[in-house]
Amino acid sequence: MAPSSGRRQPPSAEELDERNIVGINKETVTNTVSNDYPENYANEEHAWDKDAFRNSFKVQWHQNEQFEAQFSLVGVDASIANAFRRILIAEIPTLAIDIVYIHNNTSVIQDEVLAHRLGLIPFTGGKKGLREWMRFWRRPAEGEGAYDTTFDNNTVCLKLKAQCTHNKNAPANSKDPKELYHNAHLYAKDITFEPLGAQPKFFSGEDAIRPFNPDILIAKLRPHQEVDIEMHMHKGYGWDHAKWSPVATASYRLMPTITITQPILGDDARKFAGCFMDGVIGLEPVTRQEARQKGSGYEGHEGELKAVVKDPMRDTVSREALRHPEFEGKVKLGRRRDHFIFSIESTGQWDSDELFLEAVKTLKKKCQVLRPQVTNMVYTY
Amino acid sequence: MPGRTKTRDDAPEEVDTSMDDAPTSAQQPAEEENGDAMQEDEEEGEEDPFEEEEEPQRVRILPGSSETAASFEFLKEGHTLGNALRYIIMKNPDVEFCAYAIPHPSEDKMNLRIQTYDTTTAAAALAKGLQDLEDLCDVVADEFWTQREKFEATPEQVRKRQEEAERRQAAQAS
Repeated sequence: MAPSSGRRQPPSAEELDERNIVGINKETVTNTVSNDYPENYANEEHAWDKDAFRNSFKVQWHQNEQFEAQFSLVGVDASIANAFRRILIAEIPTLAIDIVYIHNNTSVIQDEVLAHRLGLIPFTGGKKGLREWMRFWRRPAEGEGAYDTTFDNNTVCLKLKAQCTHNKNAPANSKDPKELYHNAHLYAKDITFEPLGAQPKFFSGEDAIRPFNPDILIAKLRPHQEVDIEMHMHKGYGWDHAKWSPVATASYRLMPTITITQPILGDDARKFAGCFMDGVIGLEPVTRQEARQKGSGYEGHEGELKAVVKDPMRDTVSREALRHPEFEGKVKLGRRRDHFIFSIESTGQWDSDELFLEAVKTLKKKCQVLRPQVTNMVYTY
Repeated sequence: MPGRTKTRDDAPEEVDTSMDDAPTSAQQPAEEENGDAMQEDEEEGEEDPFEEEEEPQRVRILPGSSETAASFEFLKEGHTLGNALRYIIMKNPDVEFCAYAIPHPSEDKMNLRIQTYDTTTAAAALAKGLQDLEDLCDVVADEFWTQREKFEATPEQVRKRQEEAERRQAAQAS
């Protein structure tokens, strides 16, 4: 081909598809860097265009339970997807135990360890109160009293008070501490919430502040041991401490692609399917039509089983198929660089789908705050 | 006169003693009665760093910059905004070069370098980048929620929701 005839036509759909696939080989990965920038390809625009983005951007849902969501963002760059993921983990506020007042603790767990355990317990409660009414607590400045900044709309007070005693009615031959003693185990459900000030308006009945999982074990006690604790919950961000992160995990992975370039038949096909997760590779009989087609590689194999790609999303991209010599040159593994499979597991204070929307809002808010500052900035040149 | 002063003293004395206590005793019940309104007035200003109009200036231009080649320093920003902004600014055809860096991991700062062609200025490219990122967020949020609504309307999902509601009811009944 003459050099002057070099890319004059717009690229074919195939070519565009190929551009967005990260090649996964035995020991290397190829084509990992985004290339959708202006001037990267001759005669191609690639400038930011809201309408073009609106047309190309897609969301696909896979699962939407209250606290566990899975969906795909298709047609977006890694930098954007990663920004959402980072915001989900660190920049969406929640309420968590922040200050622990230990009046008495004679259990075997040290005060500071106990305080740390308490902080990590996820709590939930009325959404309206948590989002709209509750504000951020400010550490009192020097000279201010310890509680000068503590109000009903920025602090939630919790108590945990228990004493372990012998159970007189325990069966004679019992060895189970739960039968032998009262309060042998302290659980998250033993924490009591006391609404203060205007809090009953937002946090009563179903909306009460309570541990999301009531069965979290906090401490074990033996007779005469006692715990008497008061806790203050405050709003905070995940970047300050992980206990304020609204998600257990928020992660994405790229959509795997598996391309079978040459037929894989019979026992090989069965072995091939075993190289992937269940359900990724299916086995189908070769049809008469395929067997008749010359050059397809299926000639004379009618009725035999062949390997077909069923559901690449389930694949973990273990590369096991690349280890076997019989599949060499017959399969190509890859990942779609612009297809992000998000998985968001909430810790209970937010719904998973709400969380992502909140992350998008947060990124927008960041820009909104900074844009006027850029125009009003002092320019010194 | 003495008699008069005495009566005068007598009357205000009650007022005086109560006025001594007034700031504390009169404020506290007021706070308890309509505490939310009072405290909101008090606290706005120090709290809610994201909702206040009085945002501290968090961007500045670094020395040595010119109109078309400038470095900006963002306070309290990191990879989250840095990389997203870099991407969207690189999408601008008038921009020759754009990159971001976190100069030191223990300083909460992010630097952004923009070099443009003569058709625009670095500051304009930055402002456009922020605007484009906002637009992008709008599109993502729109599409995300419309697809969610569609997904929730699928028969399979409707069935799942119903089962969940029944399970919750059963749990409540027991």
